[in-house]
Amino acid sequence: MQLRKWLVEPEFRIERDPEKCIQCGVCVRQCANDVHEYDEEEEVVYSDSTNCVSCHRCATLCPTDAISIRPFPLEFRPNAVWTASTLRNLYKQADIGGVLLTGMGNDQDQPMYWDRMLLNASQVTNPSIDPLREPMELLTYIGRKPDSVQFERIAGQPRMTTQLEPQLQLQVPVMFAAMSYGSISYNASVALAQAAQQVGTFANTGEGGLHKDLREYADHMIVQVASGRFGVDSDYLNTGAAVEIKIGQGAKPGIGGHLPGEKVDAAISATRMIPEGTDALSPAPHHDIYSIEDLRQLIYAIKEAVCYSKPILVKIAAVHNVSAIASGCVRAGADVLVIDGYRGGTGAAPTMVRNNVGIPIEFALAAVDSRLREEGIRHQASLIASGGIRCSADVAKAIALGADAVNIGTAALVAMGCHLCQKCYTGKCNWGIATQDPYLTKRLNPNIATRRLVSLLESWALEIKELMGGMGINAVESLRGNREHLRGLGLTNRELQILGIKAAGE
Amino acid sequence: MKRIKINEQHCIGCRLCEIHCLVQHSKSKKIIKAFREERESIVPGIHVEESGYVSFALQCRHCEDAPCIEACMTGAMYRDPETEAVICDQDRCVGCWMCVMVCPVAAIRRGPEDQVASKCDLCMEAEIPVCVVNCPNEALVYEDDAVR
Repeated sequence: MQLRKWLVEPEFRIERDPEKCIQCGVCVRQCANDVHEYDEEEEVVYSDSTNCVSCHRCATLCPTDAISIRPFPLEFRPNAVWTASTLRNLYKQADIGGVLLTGMGNDQDQPMYWDRMLLNASQVTNPSIDPLREPMELLTYIGRKPDSVQFERIAGQPRMTTQLEPQLQLQVPVMFAAMSYGSISYNASVALAQAAQQVGTFANTGEGGLHKDLREYADHMIVQVASGRFGVDSDYLNTGAAVEIKIGQGAKPGIGGHLPGEKVDAAISATRMIPEGTDALSPAPHHDIYSIEDLRQLIYAIKEAVCYSKPILVKIAAVHNVSAIASGCVRAGADVLVIDGYRGGTGAAPTMVRNNVGIPIEFALAAVDSRLREEGIRHQASLIASGGIRCSADVAKAIALGADAVNIGTAALVAMGCHLCQKCYTGKCNWGIATQDPYLTKRLNPNIATRRLVSLLESWALEIKELMGGMGINAVESLRGNREHLRGLGLTNRELQILGIKAAGE
Repeated sequence: MKRIKINEQHCIGCRLCEIHCLVQHSKSKKIIKAFREERESIVPGIHVEESGYVSFALQCRHCEDAPCIEACMTGAMYRDPETEAVICDQDRCVGCWMCVMVCPVAAIRRGPEDQVASKCDLCMEAEIPVCVVNCPNEALVYEDDAVR
């Protein structure tokens, strides 16, 4: 609904440099929010900033760099309590009612604990390693590890007799987070799957089912079973490399999902196995999981369905008692536990939930790793940290804190072109990612997006090797859970204790 | 020969190809100056065709049996022996529009002030046609026939 102008000032202002603008109209054709308009009589392009979301599509494609976008200069009277965004939300709700919606991850100015942890490096007493000259191992296996390993000697050669549980092999300890076909476009889904295959890692279907065209990448796809059970059948479970049971999502713990019927076209309807044009509503809980015992039933039902040939992942949001919940999930039979912190992204979530529910992944990860170690069951499940991993240093720190690997969602979308305008829920993504409008989805060439995703993961791999080399470590296994390589900066004693790390200088 | 291949599924209808074609064929080759001074006097050799959300950028296909060369009465339309591109010598063109009539893909347009024909010359002065270089979504690709 269009808000009445008298109470809502634009958030952004478009400044068009008249000396540079050639009235070519590229901006007019690129904006799905109809911000720019070409006046044929006057042969001039006008911009109405009211609907601008600052996605930068027009500015990026403008051939003369004539467009700049700034925060709207009309500022509210300074007030540390009633900030501009608080006032805007109030005006909006008073005008149209209803729940405030938003997209992407939490954007509030809360402490980033990754930035308050520092990595170690070797000096004098142990040598650092140059990753360009010496082999460095990033190979990671995800899945349940045995309690002990037995060997026998055959003709003098040792041979392992222990039967290993199914594992996923990752060339880089980074996977793509669950993003459904429906929440993101077909082209974006294809790019994620292709990139995962090329790099040797995994993409995740989210709760969108597996499009028939993506079956060729199924060896590198984790298929998800969530509360709506969209697109799930025996074939689906058996096609994927692993199955993930989604209990919660970091951006909106305790909240279900809703793909509006307008987005459910023929292809999405076939993939999700629901009628065309109907809303895809994922309930908040799984209606057959009200306890750890119920979760165990579903885990083993799926294990039976796939003949115990694939690892089962359980994804939970990082919430207050996460370590106890995680322990229950592992005891219920999860082979991999994915923990999604409160900075995790989403296609749509109530703003209040996204900004106020859940805990940072740094604490959740450290608490879960410590708890599972104390209980002697850490080897029974791999840990995946997710939600707000921004760079290779975050990956290295997460691994040192105890993660086996990480999931990236937002970082992957940004690599494809996303500019974090947070309007995914409107279906008007100008970058062709979070939309099903064929005019917009064309803007994402899956070949370009794949290339960019592969570049991102390869550069992160190089950087992780550099960081490890500096620490004198030549295999990511030696960094895993190695909190001696982390030091806290500006953290309280209690925070250091929960993170299980020493303060800088100790 | 090397041709411009159109991937219509990736064409986003931004028309940057038309814009850069115009600049490349201007006197100054500077975008702002070209648009200020020569916008009316240059007809780009590439044109984006659009219907609903489907669009593609069409330019001369440089046909092997180019009917425009056959139809040209002054010999203005010729095949460049080196690049095999079909070129219109605008000094010899008299604007009879026979080439426009016979072109099977409607890629020849009436040029500046309706005097002479205007069409794609595969950017003879550039290594890769500027429409290909500046296509933001790789909807235009410049490659050898053999690749097709």
